[in-house]
Amino acid sequence: MKIALPVDEKNIESPICISFGRTPCFVIFDTDTNGSLFLDNSAAASQGGAGIQAAQMLADHNIQALITPRCGENAAEVLNAAEIKIYKSIAGSILENVQALVQNNLSPLNEIHAGFHNHGGM
Amino acid sequence: MNIAVLSGKGGTGKTLLSVNLASVAEKSTYIDCDVEEPNGHLFFKPENIKSKKVSVWIPMVDEKLCNGCRICVDFCKFNALAYIKNSLFVFDEICHSCGGCVYLCPQGALSEKANKIGEIQEGTSKNVEIITGILNPGEASGVPIIKELLKHIESQHAECFIDCPPGSACIVMESIKDADYCVLVAEPTIFGSHNLAMVYELVQLFKIPHGVVLNKCQDDGNPSELFCEENNIPIIGRIPFDRDLGNLNSNALIAANENEKYHSMFSNILQRIRKEVLHETTINS
Repeated sequence: MKIALPVDEKNIESPICISFGRTPCFVIFDTDTNGSLFLDNSAAASQGGAGIQAAQMLADHNIQALITPRCGENAAEVLNAAEIKIYKSIAGSILENVQALVQNNLSPLNEIHAGFHNHGGM
Repeated sequence: MNIAVLSGKGGTGKTLLSVNLASVAEKSTYIDCDVEEPNGHLFFKPENIKSKKVSVWIPMVDEKLCNGCRICVDFCKFNALAYIKNSLFVFDEICHSCGGCVYLCPQGALSEKANKIGEIQEGTSKNVEIITGILNPGEASGVPIIKELLKHIESQHAECFIDCPPGSACIVMESIKDADYCVLVAEPTIFGSHNLAMVYELVQLFKIPHGVVLNKCQDDGNPSELFCEENNIPIIGRIPFDRDLGNLNSNALIAANENEKYHSMFSNILQRIRKEVLHETTINS
């Protein structure tokens, strides 16, 4: 299973980013190989619809699960269409979150916010 | 002559000033561009109202023709489109109606549909023609309504007063685009002078002649006045912190029509604006 998390920096010790759409990068963790890779989030600087573009990128990378502190409604619509499950992150490292998901200890992200549109100087 | 009235925040007195200026002018047009909550009509109580709906064009996809090339998805700078599991998703409220995706689609799979976002109401009250823009609640951008509102300017020979939305974002830029002169309304507080600085920066960027009306003036220090002095911005009027004026205004009465004192105060501001515009025209010609 390929799991994505929004992260602040491109290293496995990085804190999880508080934003999904505008995170600087994602870590993709593959539980079959235990390998990880980092992707730049090209949506981070976009004028609008960052969540939509970030979700499109994860769908294009065949991600099956996303662990994130929060997610906007447009991004969630794309993620749902792509059948990517959204889980709420817990306090702790990337690996602790991945482990919690593998052990079925993460809950689905239920509170999908209405987005922070028009707060980026649109 | 098109005069835009703006301020960095709500509640500084944009509507108070523009409604009264329009009333003291011999023949005028008042355009309410504060489309999220237009309130100028409450003062004028216009008659013979004609409404016209405003729509934007949103792409829609014919799934049978779409081959998933994703040219539209890659093109859209606002990310209003996504292509997931062989279907194209359109996010209407993110779309800025540029039409680029429809133009570029090699399959002809995209066409446009009209999406009503609000309306424009036209009416009259004595010497003033009142044009109000109304954006439906929940719509993301009022810019298309402002564009429609300002089409009325071209057909007007009378003086036109544009009551702008608060702030200095896109919607305000759209409102002042065709203005010959901008009146910046400012409150006598530090917060007020900060908001004044924001709209001052905007009118400089647009190179539109401008002056400041200080509202709610009291005897003690006025940070907005200080800002004008430091930046050499002409102060074209002062409205006192006046309980009677506040009462008239909060009862949706046009102060200039109720009391000779206020009529002459707003007339003086209008005379000053006319003089400034004339002066600008002379030095620029």
